[in-house]
Amino acid sequence: MSAYLLLFLEFFKMGALTFGGGYAMIPFITETVTRHGWMTTAELIDFIAVSESTPGAFAVNISTYIGSEVGGLPGALLATFGLVLPPFLIIILIAKVYERIKKNFLVQGAMLGLKATVVGLIAATVLSVGKEIFFSQGINAAAFQSANLYISLGIFTAALFLLLYKKMNPILIIAGSAVVGIVLGYTGVIKV
Amino acid sequence: MPGKTMVRIPTVRLRKEYKTMKHKLKLYLQLFLTFMKIGVVTFGGGYAMIPIIENEIAEKKGWITGDDLMEVVAISETTPGPIAICAAAFIGFRMGGVFGAFCATVGVVLPSFVIIYLISLFLRAFEQLQVIKYAFFGIRAGVLALLIKAVVSMFKKCPKNIVAYCIMAASFAAVAFFSANVIIVIISAAVIGLASALIAGKAGKKL
Repeated sequence: MSAYLLLFLEFFKMGALTFGGGYAMIPFITETVTRHGWMTTAELIDFIAVSESTPGAFAVNISTYIGSEVGGLPGALLATFGLVLPPFLIIILIAKVYERIKKNFLVQGAMLGLKATVVGLIAATVLSVGKEIFFSQGINAAAFQSANLYISLGIFTAALFLLLYKKMNPILIIAGSAVVGIVLGYTGVIKV
Repeated sequence: MPGKTMVRIPTVRLRKEYKTMKHKLKLYLQLFLTFMKIGVVTFGGGYAMIPIIENEIAEKKGWITGDDLMEVVAISETTPGPIAICAAAFIGFRMGGVFGAFCATVGVVLPSFVIIYLISLFLRAFEQLQVIKYAFFGIRAGVLALLIKAVVSMFKKCPKNIVAYCIMAASFAAVAFFSANVIIVIISAAVIGLASALIAGKAGKKL
């Protein structure tokens, strides 16, 4: 299959099957990009930060980025077009009948299943991303002796506290984490 | 809710005003430009967009009402795809039919497409710089916190009952421990939710 067609189809599937938007798409994206070798988990994590710091929807950002990486400008256009097409068509088809279907108990049942699975799927992503961040060289004795692990845990805990309890803006979290990383890097505390 | 009145009058009235070709073109251009503006100023995407839509579309333009906006959120959640795309397509369609939906969607996508395309040209070279490596070391730990916040907010939005908890746990285990295919997990969850609604419906209970 041509690389362009593959890009279009994979992002079409993402557009058609991810509910809830934003981070609800991350499990699906992680699975797709790592299966095709388009990106590693670490690169994906970096890109989440880039996407948070630039305007626009995460899904659009990552489809454009991966499309461009794999197939240049035509790749970026095809991946983004693939992602946008399913929701666009579905909205046009159901906008008129939406009043009638939204209270339907079967639709609500399916929505319950989708809302619940998104929670489980992102939790699974947290686990694999966490493993990548804290134990990028594998879980072994060397990892526990390295300052990197404890510094990462410290940044993570502080960021989580500020996000959940102080409702801090995600861009500030990213900027703050970057500054801490740069300072600790140049003072020789962490080895990267 | 049967008691709730649907405030749809402003949009219907507006759509009839755009009868002539000149007015239609003006509407399409406005849809495109307004959603492009929303696309530029929305960081983080998705729900971050809702207050901005409220400000631009409901308050400034008067295209939709607050009630309509809640409906936009609901329909975006019920249909697949990014919230930004669903909301743009829905409002664009209401205002100007299929081509209106097209203009609004292209408008909301264009800014991030251009910005990310430009970033993609140099991000890999940029990541090789030592200062950026240090920065990303810190950032990665921060991103994990963002993901956990996403789990928490998705959990808050999900109905709390035994079926939902089972689906959450099963989806987590299937992907985390058995590397299950995400598509199959999503489809199975929808089918199980549907089946549970059917069973509860027959038993005469509200799920």
